[in-house]
Order: sequence, then C-alpha cells, then structure tokens
Amino acid sequence: MAPLLETKNLKKYFKTKAGMLHAVDGIDLAINKGETLGVVGESGCGKSTLGRVILHLLESTDGSIFYEGKDVTSVTPKELVKLREHMQIIFQDPFSSLNPRMTVSEILVEPLIISGKFSREEIEKKRKELLDTVGLPKRYANSYPHELDGGRRQRIGIGRALALEPDFIVCDEPVSALDVSIQAQILNLLQDLQEERGLTYMFITHDLSVVKHISHDIMVMYLGQMVEQAPSDELFAHTWHPYTKALLSAIPVPDAHRRMQRILLKGEITSPVNPAPGCRFYSRCPYAKEACRQPQKIEEIAPGHFISCCMAKEINGLG
Amino acid sequence: MDGTDMINGTERQERGRETLVDIRDLWVEYRIDGGVVHAVNGVDLTIHKGETLGLVGETGAGKTSIAKSILRVLPDPPSKITAGQIFMDGEDLLQLPEHKMRRIRGKKISMIFQDPMTALNPTVKVGAQIAEAIRLHEKMNKSEAAVRAVEMLEMVGITKERYTDYPHQFSGGMKQRVVIAMAMACHPELLLADEPTTALDVTVQAQILDMMTNLKKELQTSVLMITHDLGIVAETCDTVAVVYAGEIVEYGTMMEIFDEPSHPYTIGLFGSLPSIDRKDKRLKPIHGLMPDPMNLPSGCKFHPRCPYATEECRNTVPRMEQMGGSHIVKCLKAREKK
Repeated sequence: MAPLLETKNLKKYFKTKAGMLHAVDGIDLAINKGETLGVVGESGCGKSTLGRVILHLLESTDGSIFYEGKDVTSVTPKELVKLREHMQIIFQDPFSSLNPRMTVSEILVEPLIISGKFSREEIEKKRKELLDTVGLPKRYANSYPHELDGGRRQRIGIGRALALEPDFIVCDEPVSALDVSIQAQILNLLQDLQEERGLTYMFITHDLSVVKHISHDIMVMYLGQMVEQAPSDELFAHTWHPYTKALLSAIPVPDAHRRMQRILLKGEITSPVNPAPGCRFYSRCPYAKEACRQPQKIEEIAPGHFISCCMAKEINGLG
Repeated sequence: MDGTDMINGTERQERGRETLVDIRDLWVEYRIDGGVVHAVNGVDLTIHKGETLGLVGETGAGKTSIAKSILRVLPDPPSKITAGQIFMDGEDLLQLPEHKMRRIRGKKISMIFQDPMTALNPTVKVGAQIAEAIRLHEKMNKSEAAVRAVEMLEMVGITKERYTDYPHQFSGGMKQRVVIAMAMACHPELLLADEPTTALDVTVQAQILDMMTNLKKELQTSVLMITHDLGIVAETCDTVAVVYAGEIVEYGTMMEIFDEPSHPYTIGLFGSLPSIDRKDKRLKPIHGLMPDPMNLPSGCKFHPRCPYATEECRNTVPRMEQMGGSHIVKCLKAREKK
C-alpha cells in the first residue's frame, strides 16, 4: 500500500541569537492510509514543529513532503488552500484555539464558509451533523467556548477539523490538557471516527501509554531527530534505543505489584542550537562511547523497526 | 499473598500508626458572583507520621483546597473554611492566631506547587532564597544559614557553584529541585506536594520522584502527595484517599485501593487509563462530567455518572462503609458488589 503521507529528510531550522536551532532535523516518515503514526518525545524535541511543517503552517527548511505520492513541499497559495481541505489539525489547548467571540456552531461551519463550495442549505445540514458527530448536545450550538468545559471544547476542535471531511489529521497533544476520565472519552471518539471514515492520524504526544493505545506505528524523537521507529507492539516488546528504554522505564505504572527497573537519566534535554554532529543523546546516555560522537546511521534492526544508535547491538547483547 | 508479604504489610501499617495531622469534618466554600462553590464537603482524613498519603482526583475535586486549608493559605475572600478542625500536636490549626500559624508554615509544614517558576523570586539568587527561609525559622546568622542552604542544595542534587544563580538560569526540573530544597530546609514534619511533577517531562519527573523518596526517608517527613496520576500514587504512596466533588469517596492502603478498588468512581478512573501492558481495544471512560460545584447532585454526588446507581443513591447520602483493614468506601452499593 502506498503511504498517504511521506516525508524525506525533512528539516526545519530556526534562526536564533545563539545560532541555528535544529527543531526538526532530517525526518523520514510514512503514514499509511487509515492508520495512526504516534510521535512521542519530551518537550522541545520538535514533535509539534514536525506536525506544523507537514501542514505548511511553518515553511520547511529542507527535505520534501509527499501527499498521495505527490510532492507538496512547495505549493502555491492556491494549491495550499486545496491541500488544506485534506489536511487538518487538532490543537492541544482547547482554551486558546477557539475564537472566544464565535458561537459553537459558527466555529464548526467556518471552514465550510471559507471554502466557498457549499450552499446555505448544505451548511445548515452540516451544522447539525457535526454536533452529532462529535457528541455535543444540540443545546450547545449557540453557546460560546468559555461556557464549556475542556472536554466539550476539545470536541468542538475535533468537529472543526472534520468539517471539510479531510483524510489526514495532525492531532497535537489533543488530550494532554484533559482529566483522565475525559481523556478516555476523547480517545474513544478519535478511534471511532478513524474507523468510520478511514482517517489517517499523526498523533503527537508525550504520553507513552496514550500513544501505545492509539497508534499503529510509533516514532520516538529526541532533539529534532528520530531515534527509534517501529510498529506499536514491536516497539514495546523489543525496545532497542537507550533513550526509548529510559523513557519507558520513567513512566510511573499504576500497578501496586510491579516495579520497573528504572533507568535514571542524568540531566535534562540539551539545547538544539548548533548541536554537535554525533548522537544528540550522548550527554545523557548511560552507554555513551567515543563512537557516539560520530553522526549516527539509521538501521533497520527488524522488519519495520528502525533505530539510530551505533551501540544498540552491544547494549542489547547482540554484538 | 504469602507469609512474608503479610508481615511486611502489617509492619508498614504499624509504623504508620502514629497520627501527625487529623482533619475532622472539614468544609470549605468559595463565595463568588452568583453563588457558592462547595469545594470541600465534610472531609475526615488522618496523615500518619512518616507516611506518604496520596490525594487523588480530577481537576476541581477539591484536593488543593484541602491542602491549603491545612496550611491556612486559602484566600479569604472568596474562600472560607466554614467548619471543621485540623489537629496537629494536640492543637487545632484552624483556631491558632495568625502569628503562631506563621511559625508553622515553612517550619512544621511546607508546601510545594506544580509550577516551580511562580514559587521562586526571580530577582533573588536561589541560595539566598533558601537561606532566607531558614533564617525565618531558625536562630542562625547569615553564614550559618548559607551553610545549611548549600547542604540542602546538594541534597537535591545541585552543586554549590549554582548557589549564586538566579531562577531563570535553571531548567524546569532544576527549579523544582530548588523549591523542594527550600521546602525541606527547616526539616518539616509534613510536606504538602501539590502535583509537584505535572509540569515536568517524564524522565525529569522520574529523577524528582526518586529524589523526593530518598529525601523523605532520610528526614522522616510525612508527605501529602496531591496528584491525578495513579502511576505516581503506586510508586510513592503508602495510603490513598480518592477525592470526588469535595468528598473522600474511598480510602485505604495503596495495596487495598489498587487490588480492590471499590468505589465506582475509583473503578472508573482505572478504566479510563490506557495501559502500557494490556492492549485494550477501547477505553472504558466514566460517563458524563464532573458535577457543577455550585449545584451538587442530591444523595451520592457520583450517582448521575454511576453505572450502578439506583433510586436509593439519588436520595440517600452514603456513609463510609468498612471494607476490612483500613479500607473504607463511601458507597451504598459497595458491600453488595463485594
């Protein structure tokens, strides 16, 4: 199956006073139609920037983006408007991503009005449908966002993203601001929508249990680069990269009888400004050796399982 | 459970028997435009010496209001403690005059918050901030306080070279370490930790939790750990109180709560969590939303969301039911289900 979305060596650098900030640094990924790619990493690893570059909300510095096999890296503003009908985003913070001066139903149908392709009757019909789709009772149609709680606001954000019936949605930490019981409701909604409509998601999160639950494939990022990528079950069953291992062991497990052997990392994520050429995890890695100071190659260690670590085989007792 | 486990289990409880703080029938409300928010509604809670008690619940459940009542730092107005007693060393903290309470804050009881940046003064060097907290409570001159401040910094894993740095020169995790050093500087008997790691990345959270556990052992501090993360509870707490709509709905040892969650709300919380181990097709979220604290439901406050609710639950306010051990549950159906 050809992937719906693909990137090749995608880069996004920001100029800062201190130098070039390598926010996204050479990302290759492919997402199949109807599947979910989970992108995990800690704050500052570039996962949100990656999502925004793919959607052309930020201009890429280098590399290419393919949508349905077509190179869409540089598109004219006119083409971009068309492309955006297929690609949408759901933001983390449902408090700041909705216009406080618009009612719920105005927000939901705004994309339809902007596209200019729908008659008034169609928009009216869609208004009701969208409320239904995201499970909002009709009585909220004329409410303003501030009258609703976080979970319902996130439903509006999802409804707005679905208005033009896109194929691909970037979900940027869509449940991080929500309480667990509400988080579960939203995750179920996203999964139902995927099943019904064959949606393709790129799901950005820092929460590994959420990403495992929702993703087909998972990419772990560290300082703008991919460190490990694999099908979801494979990644959790056979973790190769020392950063992924540390990340997994750091999650507190809600189980009274299980204690994970924890790998405590030294320090915190370092600066992505003018990074050294070698492995970016070098300064925190418990296995770091001289060879890690060289640029790392990406290796397919098992079918569909990619890692970027020259020590991986040795660490895992295979070399 | 085999024999050794039993012994360890009882030992754990025996050690925690001695009461440090006893909260009795605490009620807190916020008076705002258009009504009264019922934040805490009759909470009874005991914190034992040397134990970590987890206070678990979702946003708006009243966890922070309970902690702030102990320290008496709720802003009045709009909030008001309308009833209750909080005993520590035979004294009711709620009756103490303000000047005596000031001697307790930061000395016998300290509190740390979710956002370390707002807890530090951006214009004062971190070492000096810690020393200031020490001199407020201990009879020390400046250089003695500075020595203690350096000790505290080293205890939380910050080298003394950074004594003269300002808060903005520290990362989030390091700032939280400074805040913890300051909170622990006068060796408090009780540390109120309000979501201390929520703003941090998981690998940094692991470092901070690890450090807090060691520090607690070393200084024999009791901790009230406020969190919404059941994973953190499993890793750090001896006992657990589940809070819903300003009430404790379930209380027990960590093992009792995790092995036999008995209140439908607690069960719902566990069902909402995606698991690293299992592969569930769908999560089982709790139906509906938290009730409006200005207009709480009758009877059991959880009944509109409860899958087991009957007519009785709508009309009768449940009492705490004994479930064996120290495990208690505020649910009319808890025993039936058992």
